[in-house]
Amino acid sequence: MDVSFSPAEEAFRHEVRSFIAENYPKHLRGKSRGEFGGREDFLAWHRILADKGWVAPAWPTQYGGPGWTSTQRYIFAEECARAETAIILPFGVNMVGPVIYTFGTEEQKKEHLPKILSGEVWWCQGYSEPGAGSDLASLKTTAVRDGDHYIINGQKTWTTLAQFADWIFVLARTDKNAKQQEGISFILVDMKTPGVTVRPIITMDGAHEVNEVWFEDVRVPVTNRIGEENKGWTCAKFLLSHERAGIAGVARSKRGVQRLKDLARAERDGENPLIADPDFARGVAELEIDLTALEYTELRTLAGEAAGKGPGLESSILKIKGTDIQQRLTELTLDAVAYYGMPYRPYGHELETLTNEYVPGPDYSHGAAQSYFLTRRVAIYGGSNEIQRNIIAKMVLGL
Amino acid sequence: MDFSFTEEQTLLRNSVNKFVAGQYDFDKRRALIKTEAGWSKANWQAIAELGLLGAPFAEEHGGLGGGPVETMIIMEELGRGLVVEPYLPTVVLGGGFLRHGGTAAHKLEHIPAIVEGQRVIAFAYAEPQGRYNLADVAVSAKKSGSGFTISGHKAVVIAGPQADHFVVTARTAGGQRDAKGISVFLVPKSAKGVATRDYPTVDGLRASDVTFENVAVGAESLLGEADHGLPLVERVVDEAIAAISAEAVGAMKVLNDTTVEYCKTRKQFGVPIGKFQVLQHRMVDMFMNYEQSVSITYMVTLKLDESDHERKKAASAAKVQIGKAGRFIGQQAVQLHGGMGMTDELNVGHYFKRLTMIDTMFGNVDHHLKRYAALSDDAKAA
Ligand SMILES: Cc1cc2nc3c(=O)[nH]c(=O)nc-3n(C[C@H](O)[C@H](O)[C@H](O)COP(=O)(O)OP(=O)(O)OC[C@H]3O[C@@H](n4cnc5c(N)ncnc54)[C@H](O)[C@@H]3O)c2cc1C
Repeated sequence: MDVSFSPAEEAFRHEVRSFIAENYPKHLRGKSRGEFGGREDFLAWHRILADKGWVAPAWPTQYGGPGWTSTQRYIFAEECARAETAIILPFGVNMVGPVIYTFGTEEQKKEHLPKILSGEVWWCQGYSEPGAGSDLASLKTTAVRDGDHYIINGQKTWTTLAQFADWIFVLARTDKNAKQQEGISFILVDMKTPGVTVRPIITMDGAHEVNEVWFEDVRVPVTNRIGEENKGWTCAKFLLSHERAGIAGVARSKRGVQRLKDLARAERDGENPLIADPDFARGVAELEIDLTALEYTELRTLAGEAAGKGPGLESSILKIKGTDIQQRLTELTLDAVAYYGMPYRPYGHELETLTNEYVPGPDYSHGAAQSYFLTRRVAIYGGSNEIQRNIIAKMVLGL
Repeated sequence: MDFSFTEEQTLLRNSVNKFVAGQYDFDKRRALIKTEAGWSKANWQAIAELGLLGAPFAEEHGGLGGGPVETMIIMEELGRGLVVEPYLPTVVLGGGFLRHGGTAAHKLEHIPAIVEGQRVIAFAYAEPQGRYNLADVAVSAKKSGSGFTISGHKAVVIAGPQADHFVVTARTAGGQRDAKGISVFLVPKSAKGVATRDYPTVDGLRASDVTFENVAVGAESLLGEADHGLPLVERVVDEAIAAISAEAVGAMKVLNDTTVEYCKTRKQFGVPIGKFQVLQHRMVDMFMNYEQSVSITYMVTLKLDESDHERKKAASAAKVQIGKAGRFIGQQAVQLHGGMGMTDELNVGHYFKRLTMIDTMFGNVDHHLKRYAALSDDAKAA
C-alpha cells in the first residue's frame, strides 16, 4: 500500500500546472459556468487542450489519447480543479467518443473522433424522454427503416446544452415487438437535419442548460447507427457506466472546500471571521472528512482499474457520495453568505436583455442560492441516487 | 386544551383561501414575478378589501382586532399561494412596530393607511457586516437639534422597492454591537438622502440595498424609546418568525400534497413510482416533518404574548424546526419529481426556493440553535 507519487509523477504535475498557468484563457479566469456568455466560452479551453493532445485523457493513444496512466489522469483532474478551469463537456469526449471507438466502424471512427477531439463538433445526449427517465428502456422514440435511411420520430428531453449542439446521439426503438431493451438502436443525428427542433427548458435557478429536442420525420442514413441494429442498449449501458465514473467530482469538491474556507475567512461574524464559529467550522470539517474518505474510495477504484478492471459497481458509490458532497458544499456556502444569498444573479444569457443587473453583496456571495438550487440536479441525473442504491442493493449485496 | 378554530377564524381562512385560489393560480404568479415591478397593486387592493391588512390592528384604527392566531391563519394561506405582495413587511413587521412602539399619533397617521392599502412599509435592519445579529448596527442616528441625522447602509431590505416608508434600526449610542443604544425610526422613502438600489430575489420577491446619507428626521419619527429599541425589535422579529413559520407550513403542505399526487401518477418500470417503498418512506418523513412544523407553529403563536424569555425561546425553537423541515421537504420534493422538479415551469421549485429563503430570514437554523441553547440554560434564566 502506497499513495505517494513518484518523482516522475510529481514532474508531470508540475508540467500540467505550468501549462494551465500559461495557457488558460485570461478572460475565463475566475468565471463559473453560469457566467459563461455562450458557445465560445465553453469551447476555448477545449481547443487549447486539444492542440496540446490532452483533451481526452482516457482515450487510447491510437485514437488520440495522451496515453496517461490512471494516476496521471488523476493528477491532471486535480490540477484542472485546482485552477478552476472550465469543465470539458462530457458528451463528446466521455460519452459518445468511447462508444464510437469501442463499437463503431472504421469509417465512423475516422469521421467523428477527430472532430470530437478538436471541438469542431459539439455533441449532446439524447437518452431521456418525458416518459422514460429512470426507466430508460421504456423509451418511445422510433427509428423506422426506409431503404438506406431511418425515419426518426419522437421527443427527447432534459438534453443538456442542446442549444449549442451540432450532433446528438439518440437511443431509438427499431423493433417495437422485441422486449424493451432488445429493440433499441444507438443512432447519431446531425442537428441540422430537417425535422429536428430544440426548445429551451429553464430551470428553477433561472439557467438555460436543458432543452427538449423534437424529431419529426427526421431522415438519417443507416450508416449513422453505431453497432448492430437493436443492440443499442449495449452501447447505452457502456456509456452510462463511463458517465458515472466522472461524476464523483472529488478534485472539484476539494477545491470547493478550499473556496468555502476562504469565503468563511472573509465573511465577518461579529468581531471574528465566520470560520471561527465552531458550529460552522464543524460543518466544514464533517464535509471535508467525508470527502477525504471518498477520495480514497476513488483511489481504490482507480487502482482496480489500473489492474485491469473496468469502472465497476463502485462507480455507484462514487456517484452517490460525490453528489451528496457537492450538494452539501453549496448548502454550506449558502449558509455562509447569510442575507446576500438572496439576491438573484442573472445568467450570462440574460445579460443582453436586462436593464438592471445590480447584484449587491461581496462577489463571493453572488449566485450562492442559485448554485444550491441548481446542484439539486446532480442527485437526479446520471442515474438518480435512488437508482444507484438499487444497483448496489441488487448487484453488490445480492438483495 | 383546545386546538380548534372559532367560526370567525374559519371564515377568515376561507376568505384568504378563496383569494389565493382565484387570483393566485401558479401561472398567474409566475407571470407576475417576471414583471418589472414584481407585484400587483390590484392584488394589494383585493387583500385590503378582504380586511386582511387590518387583521392585527385595533378596531378604532379600522382593523379587525385579531391576534397571533389570525395572523397565523392568514400567513399559512398566503404561504400556500406563495403570495408575493408585501404582507409580512407591511402588516406584521411595520404594523408590529406601530402597535408595540408607536405613539397614538403614529397609529392614527399610519395604521388606517395600511389598512386601506395606501401604505407599504419595509423593515431595514440587516447590515452587510451583521449577519443575523439584530444588535450589530453600524447605521448611525446622531442627535441634531430636536431630531436625528441617519447615515449608513442597510442590506437586502425585502419589499424595499414597493415601500413608501422604512422602519430603520440605527445606533444612537454605544459600540457597534452593544445591546443598548439602538433606536428605531420610521423614515419616509422620499426623505432627502435616502437612496435605494433594487433587485429581484431568488424566490421572486423584490428587495433593495438602502443607503442613508445624512438623512434628517424629526423626533416624531422615533418608534419606542431612544437607545432602548432592541427589545422592541426582538419582539417584532419574533412575531415575524411566528408568521413566516405559518407561511412555511402552508408552503410545505402544498409540496407534500403535490409530491404524493405526483408519485401516484408518474409511472416508471410499469408502476407508479409511489409503489417504491424507499419513496414511500421518504414521503412519510416529509409528512412527519410537516406535522412537527404545524405543532411548533401553534406553540410559538400561542407564546408570543408570554414573557420575553419564553417568547424568545419559542421563536428560536420554531425557526429551527421550520428551517430543518423546510429544507428536507423542499429537497425531497424536488428529488421525487426527478427532472420535472428542477424546472421553473413546475410549482415545486418555487416552493422549495421560498422555503430556503424563509430559513435565511431572521436567522437560519445554526443561529437559532445557538440562541435557543443560550436561552435554555436555566441557571442563567433564573
Ligand atoms: C439538469 C439535468 C440535466 C440532464 N441532462 C440530460 C442529458 O443531457 N441527456 C439526457 O438524456 N438526459 C438528461 N437528464 C435526464 C436525467 O437522466 C433524468 O432526469 C433521470 O434519469 C431521472 O428521470 P426522470 O427525471 O424522468 O425522473 P423519474 O425517473 O420519473 O424519477 C422520479 C423519482 O422517482 C425515483 N425512482 C424512479 N424509479 C425508482 C425506483 N425503481 N426505485 C426507487 N426510486 C425510483 C427517482 O429516483 C426520482 O427520485 C438530465 C436531467 C437533469 C435534471
